[in-house]
Amino acid sequence: MASRRRRGDATTAALFLAPGLLGLTLFLLLPLAASLALSFTNWQVMGETSFIGLANYRRLFTADPVFWGVLATTLAYTAEYLVLNIVLALAMAVWISSLPWGRTLFRLVFFLPTFTPLVGVALVWLLMLSPGGVIEWGFAGLGLTVPNIITDPRLALQAIVLVSLWSHFGYNMLLFGAALEAIPATYLDAAAIDGAGAWARFWKIKLPLISPSLFFGTVLTAITSLQTFDQVYALTRGGPGSSTTTLGYAIYNQGFVVYRLGYASSIAWVLFAVIMALTALQLHLQRRWVHYDA
Amino acid sequence: MRRFWPWVRLGAIAVTACVFLFPFFWMVSNALRRDREVFAVPPRLLPTEFQWGNFVQAWEYLPFGQFFLNSFIVAGSITAIVLVVSSLGGYAFARLHFAGRGPLFLVYLGTLMVPQAVIVIPLFLMMSWIGWLDTYQGLIVPMAFSSFGTFLMRQFFLSVPQELEDAAMIDGAAHWRILLTIFLPLALPALGLLALFTFTGQWNAFLWPLVAVNGPEHATLPLGLTLFQGQQGTQWNYMMAGATISMAPGLALTILLHRTIFKGIAVGSGFGGR
Repeated sequence: MASRRRRGDATTAALFLAPGLLGLTLFLLLPLAASLALSFTNWQVMGETSFIGLANYRRLFTADPVFWGVLATTLAYTAEYLVLNIVLALAMAVWISSLPWGRTLFRLVFFLPTFTPLVGVALVWLLMLSPGGVIEWGFAGLGLTVPNIITDPRLALQAIVLVSLWSHFGYNMLLFGAALEAIPATYLDAAAIDGAGAWARFWKIKLPLISPSLFFGTVLTAITSLQTFDQVYALTRGGPGSSTTTLGYAIYNQGFVVYRLGYASSIAWVLFAVIMALTALQLHLQRRWVHYDA
Repeated sequence: MRRFWPWVRLGAIAVTACVFLFPFFWMVSNALRRDREVFAVPPRLLPTEFQWGNFVQAWEYLPFGQFFLNSFIVAGSITAIVLVVSSLGGYAFARLHFAGRGPLFLVYLGTLMVPQAVIVIPLFLMMSWIGWLDTYQGLIVPMAFSSFGTFLMRQFFLSVPQELEDAAMIDGAAHWRILLTIFLPLALPALGLLALFTFTGQWNAFLWPLVAVNGPEHATLPLGLTLFQGQQGTQWNYMMAGATISMAPGLALTILLHRTIFKGIAVGSGFGGR
């Protein structure tokens, strides 16, 4: 009976998988291949298109006056945001899990912005951070004159970091919080009886035990932050100058503002390569610090 | 001192939470004031007079009703397609035996890695060739196929006891009937989570609507908000009213369903929604 059932299975599987496979092929795999192909052309909305080999990439790496800056901005943003996000999320998760009351309430509070549109969040922060806005006034009230972080090219990226943190650290906080709560109390009690202080219990027991969640959160946060776009569009449009132009914004700008679709595709593949390289690196490094045997 | 310490921590986090929530307060407070009070010096915490009419005027100033409807149609349709496609695919991967199942599943997993920014240009060209730019179907169909849902449903279906399936098999039920009458009713919690994460993710999506839509007719809420930015100087009070409208459903869902959401994130199922 089992074998007859399995032969019928293949037909059913083909039917069940058809809609998803068709969709993934048409709207994901095909565009992925097309984007690579486009990156070897000078495709524009107007004019003739021709195959130009690696010329887009050569221009990116040797002639484009802003590309290295854009790449550096993206990596700097990702590094800073990733570290701050993970540290803040972990600190808040530990803090909340130590509360005598209101753990769910505070988790909810810090999670609230996560399911709201980033564009909306960014506009609220733009109002607060604008020259003459409430934050500048607050600093002035404390007797501090600080440069405006939206209009200062050296600081504008910090505004993007701030908005991204506010709106998204709650996700990792919940992820880590759930992992912390899952640690059996007996482990921590036993360590306490053996004389381990709170600090030692955190570094030697809690952290290794939640390392799979830390890893998961780090990998996903890195992938999303390398693609950062919405906040940049709403807050700074990549400026002042190109100080907040990330790879994600550069793709949009080249593709849909100046309509150099071939060139934009080559930037897209650089972004894809960076994402794959960083993810591969993290998968490689995980053996050193992630413990799956609880 | 030892006994008070937890309560000190509680007090400190309460203060932190109030500071954290300030942007929400500032958004609503500015949505309800006159334009000239937005940059008043010194800033006013609350409007002198509550301008409830701002919400109506924002609605007229830009077609926010239309944006809201568009967001609802787009996010709702994508969610519906995702639920059907993922249930079928998840069942096939979890319960059916066929040649190439393992490799095919790896392909599905691999597609999770593809960033939207990489495929957005060819998608735009495709939509332009078939005349789907600035249409609902152009907003919906290309975004409705992520393998994440299939992955999630497969995980869930793997946990359903084999005996249930066998019993139905002996009764001669076909797979589609087993899926409909046994698996899907059991999978309601997983389907609910998938629906929630897909809907909010699509409600908040910005890049594809920005590229695939021109003009307000088919704009979703996040896109509509940025249309506000360009209009003769920024009308901040209306803009904040619009931002409030765009955030209301996400906030309401988060507050109402927070226990479900937290459980979903704890098992790692939230990442499709981000």
